[in-house]
Amino acid sequence: MSFINYSSREINCKIVYYGPGLCGKTTNLQYVYAKTNPDAKGKMISLATETERTLFFDFLPLSLGEIRGFKTRFHLYTVPGQVFYDASRKLILKGVDGVVFVADSQIERMEANLESVENLRVNLGEQGYDLDKIPYVVQYNKRDLPNVATVEELRRLINPRGVPEYQAVAPTGVGVFDTLKAVAKLVLTELKKGG
Amino acid sequence: MNSGLVMYEEEFRLIAGICDRLTRDANAKVVFLVDKNGQLISSSGHAQNLDTTSLASLTAGNVAAMGGLAKLIGEKEFPNQFHEGERESLHMSIVGGRVVLVVIFDAKSSLGLVRLRVKKAGEELAKVFDGLAKRQTAPGAASPFAEITDDDIDNLFSE
Repeated sequence: MSFINYSSREINCKIVYYGPGLCGKTTNLQYVYAKTNPDAKGKMISLATETERTLFFDFLPLSLGEIRGFKTRFHLYTVPGQVFYDASRKLILKGVDGVVFVADSQIERMEANLESVENLRVNLGEQGYDLDKIPYVVQYNKRDLPNVATVEELRRLINPRGVPEYQAVAPTGVGVFDTLKAVAKLVLTELKKGG
Repeated sequence: MNSGLVMYEEEFRLIAGICDRLTRDANAKVVFLVDKNGQLISSSGHAQNLDTTSLASLTAGNVAAMGGLAKLIGEKEFPNQFHEGERESLHMSIVGGRVVLVVIFDAKSSLGLVRLRVKKAGEELAKVFDGLAKRQTAPGAASPFAEITDDDIDNLFSE
């Protein structure tokens, strides 16, 4: 849920990166953090296990600039991808304004992708959201690996509704900002409608 | 989609006033108010050196996690939490079901005093947020951003 503050002239929105374990959600945020002007970003927080797997969430506050005299701030969150952290994933979806689904393009991860999309749909539903109505963007990550499915195949399985989709290689930044811009734009458009 | 929280000047002044008074009355170092979704609403006291954005996000995460734990043991939520540090302590209280009032205090205050003052401030804040909710859902309360154009949004992303 967005937070509009007339007093401080700010719009705050929450975007959640969702996807199966090790698909590159944290890497997306790390790239955004590394490439963003220090004035435009806050501290990145990662609540991770000793093996660097996300335990609760990663958090990155980001300022995009002004729109009609209002500062626009996006709070980016990732969820833990591992199946057994479902309770944490549900909590992080509270108050979400937009979702990025990060798919792992590797053929052997296709079942994990499908399970994760279904899990996203169910968990959003529990919070009163509908995946078919919320601002939603899909990213096909790890396009640089040799054993990847074709984009057509990924689209058929993960994105039958045809929401905006981007190919990405998160560690090098390919597609990372395109994905972020697309979801931010959808969120602002929804805000305009009075969503 | 659920509509978000809209804060108007008048209510913001009331909230800031209540938080300022709580800071004084409770001898607190910092008082801040956070939306349950992790957005910082207001802060009072010595907040200048604090990363309030991160504090807000982690507060919401903590309250959400404790809420999840509460449900697992058959409670609706834990409306008050206290975390004791070596020098500084943290008291969190859920107000009006929607926001979290956080008080950071040290040895100049005490948990008893903080709890007493938080209770009173919480009641006052709950009234303000009730009023805000009514104002937001009043007929004719159009989206405050209806006038944003597609060009405005595009310009935000121009390099």
